[in-house]
Amino acid sequence: MFDFLIQGFGVALTPLNLGLAFLGALLGTLFGALPGIGPINGIAILMPLAYTLGLPAESALILLAGIYTGSEYGGRMSSILLNVPGDAGAVMTTLDGHPLAKKGLAGPALGLSAVSSFIGASVAILGLTLFAPLLAIVAVKFGPAEFFALMIFAFASMSAMMGKDPLKTLIGAVLGVLISTVGVDSGTGVLRFTFDMPELYDGIDFVVMIIGLFAVSEILLMLEHAFRHDQDGEMAPIGRVMVKMSEVLYCKWAILRSSVIGFVIGVLPGTGASVASAVAYTTEKRISDHDNSFGTGNMRGLAAPEAANNASAAGSFVPMLTLGIPGSGTTAILLGALMLYNINPGPMMFREQPMVVGGLIASLYIGNVMLLLLNLPLAGVFARVLQVPRWLLVPSVAILAFVGVYQLHSDLMAIYLMLAIGVFGYLLRKFGFSLAPVVLGFVLGGLMEENLRRALSISGGDVGILFQSNLSIGLWIAAALVVLVPMFAGKLKAKFLPAAKPS
Amino acid sequence: MPHNHVSKAKGFQRWLVAAVTGGALLAGAAQAQAKPPECIAPAKPGGGYDLTCRLAANGLQEAKLIDEPMMVSYMPGGIGAVAYNHVTGVRDDDPNLIVAASTGAALNLALGKFGIEHKVDDVRWVGALGVDYGAVVVREDAPWSNLDELMKALKKDPTSVVIGAGGTVGSQDWMKAALMAKSDDVDPRKLRYVSFEGGGEALAALLGEHIQVFTGDLAELKPQLDSGEIRILAALSEERMGGPYADIPTAKEQGYDVEWPIWRGYYMGPNVSDEDYHAWADRLKALSETESFAKLREGRGLFPMAKFGEDFHQYVKDQVADFQQLAKEVGLTQ
Repeated sequence: MFDFLIQGFGVALTPLNLGLAFLGALLGTLFGALPGIGPINGIAILMPLAYTLGLPAESALILLAGIYTGSEYGGRMSSILLNVPGDAGAVMTTLDGHPLAKKGLAGPALGLSAVSSFIGASVAILGLTLFAPLLAIVAVKFGPAEFFALMIFAFASMSAMMGKDPLKTLIGAVLGVLISTVGVDSGTGVLRFTFDMPELYDGIDFVVMIIGLFAVSEILLMLEHAFRHDQDGEMAPIGRVMVKMSEVLYCKWAILRSSVIGFVIGVLPGTGASVASAVAYTTEKRISDHDNSFGTGNMRGLAAPEAANNASAAGSFVPMLTLGIPGSGTTAILLGALMLYNINPGPMMFREQPMVVGGLIASLYIGNVMLLLLNLPLAGVFARVLQVPRWLLVPSVAILAFVGVYQLHSDLMAIYLMLAIGVFGYLLRKFGFSLAPVVLGFVLGGLMEENLRRALSISGGDVGILFQSNLSIGLWIAAALVVLVPMFAGKLKAKFLPAAKPS
Repeated sequence: MPHNHVSKAKGFQRWLVAAVTGGALLAGAAQAQAKPPECIAPAKPGGGYDLTCRLAANGLQEAKLIDEPMMVSYMPGGIGAVAYNHVTGVRDDDPNLIVAASTGAALNLALGKFGIEHKVDDVRWVGALGVDYGAVVVREDAPWSNLDELMKALKKDPTSVVIGAGGTVGSQDWMKAALMAKSDDVDPRKLRYVSFEGGGEALAALLGEHIQVFTGDLAELKPQLDSGEIRILAALSEERMGGPYADIPTAKEQGYDVEWPIWRGYYMGPNVSDEDYHAWADRLKALSETESFAKLREGRGLFPMAKFGEDFHQYVKDQVADFQQLAKEVGLTQ
């Protein structure tokens, strides 16, 4: 049964393919680390190169898959160091990663997130090897109604993030949902909030949103500080650079739970690392945030989304390899790359192309080890990036991001839009809003609306479809529990443990 | 020739090239190479337009029809309208630029979705390199064994069948379903149609039993066809396709007069000189005749199509006019 894997290791262990796996891991980490260049652009940039060099299909795929998994590792760097997510999957990483860096723990934070990325990816690759065909069958059972219930669950979990100011979290999420409605309506083709500007027809690009909201607003904040001549570098000096074993062990359950969550969400067609890391983070906060320290630099709050986004990347290969259906935006591009090689991924691929499938899966194992070996020592190096003054660092990164966005749009409108969103983000921050709920509302809101509309078109308007399958009923119950249990738990605690020490 | 902003250096280069090679024809081809050729995919990376650009880029390079590698750049926005604006307004005379397009672009032009001011004649349609055809697809365990049975069920109650595909109402995926309905006098507006984000998601919904019929593209379905998970009730082509599709009847031969070719081609700016326009048309034509390209095209899941230059321009123009008529008939426009 695992002949393809043995054969695959034979393919992946040739010097050329080992070298390509390493190159992919390195470039991927780099692409992920630079905001504005995510896995999608990275692959788009290298795809023609792989083809021009005349690499065989399995080698090209190994290189491109290395970039994909590598960028899920790399995305965390600028999240932790600069509070600017490096790619879509790394938004949640900012929440606890950056506060850790501010405490002078940038090195351990980078190290811990590398370890959790490694474990997340390992769990998912194992899952991919063992259960791929089986999972594929379950994944397609996940229809619009189930997706809608999943999004409800995700929003319900977000209530966990309401910590200090529930109203502002809620307003932030609603603003995000509102922004997600811009563009061609996915059901009827009607234009919404586009003001006759064709640039807005396709909605607001995720990268434009993230760079604007996080990076541009950061620069505006720094400008303000500069004008007032006050210190904005409340950074503690860099302490130790290596993560301690005890810190990893402290997070072990958080990492394992999030790995499974990330993998399962990655397997579902149409959802990617951003949803996976959001659900993992909020779930973990519910489960293990006893002293309400998530968001202030809790190691578990950092480990959870990082394990999940790497797990989801590996998980999204399941529907691609078994059904020929992309599990995420990035695997959609990989599918295209394979088509250039006359390979049509699909149900027959395990049988017809064992070299390619086996080689790919084997290279995921190898690449993952390489990425850990690459990223652990780099943690110390990258932590030193913080010694560069922020007034130099953040604008430089932003300029790179601008170039990346322009390269992807060939259109100045995208840049203007990004600046406008930046001003919006700056105002939000001045008024004490957290940016993460806005981004989550933006991502989840779009998916939620689309799937609700699809479910209702299937049923002809009958709302009953939303509660028909066991899967969706399970998700509805989970969503209800996530909201209700903490409310009652709080009351019960107050009743039975009146002398509980204040945290 | 109104080449007012060709620099002196470039003019000198042209003269030199012409002088050195001596062959006017060869020089014509070389001139256009002063800047590296570029193909704009009017979408984000990874979509159909990206692959259309790469088909030209890889093919032309392998066949050595271009000296420098072709650059592929992306210009997403407005389902192609941003790129159309750009080429009609800014780079209207760039001799090194082609833009990927498809039947979808013609449909959007017909429906006025590129802005009413934009007409099909605003650009120069230079050639198509391949074509796929619409297909009516069901699961292998579906209750309908041929198109007629499905159509009878639709005729009896249009809302009894859930149809899905990868585009909104008014998109080409929807048009396939609408035209099928119309061919049997069923009101397309009564269909229970579900739009997904791309054909992949719609296919997943079909396999997961969330929808019953998927109006997809023929060649894209080959993997699932091979594995026996789906049944293709009809190909929306003029005649039966060969090879693995030989057993799939056309809608026409089953008595429903619907065709839906999805061509993949390119356009250039409106003020590109005749000389450059024809150079590109000839180049694409030469490419389509090479053996290595046939393999590339097949891998991309496309059937042969050979329409270049004015031929192709007229084809697109006629198609847009047809679509305007069809849009009225299926109730999309008045």
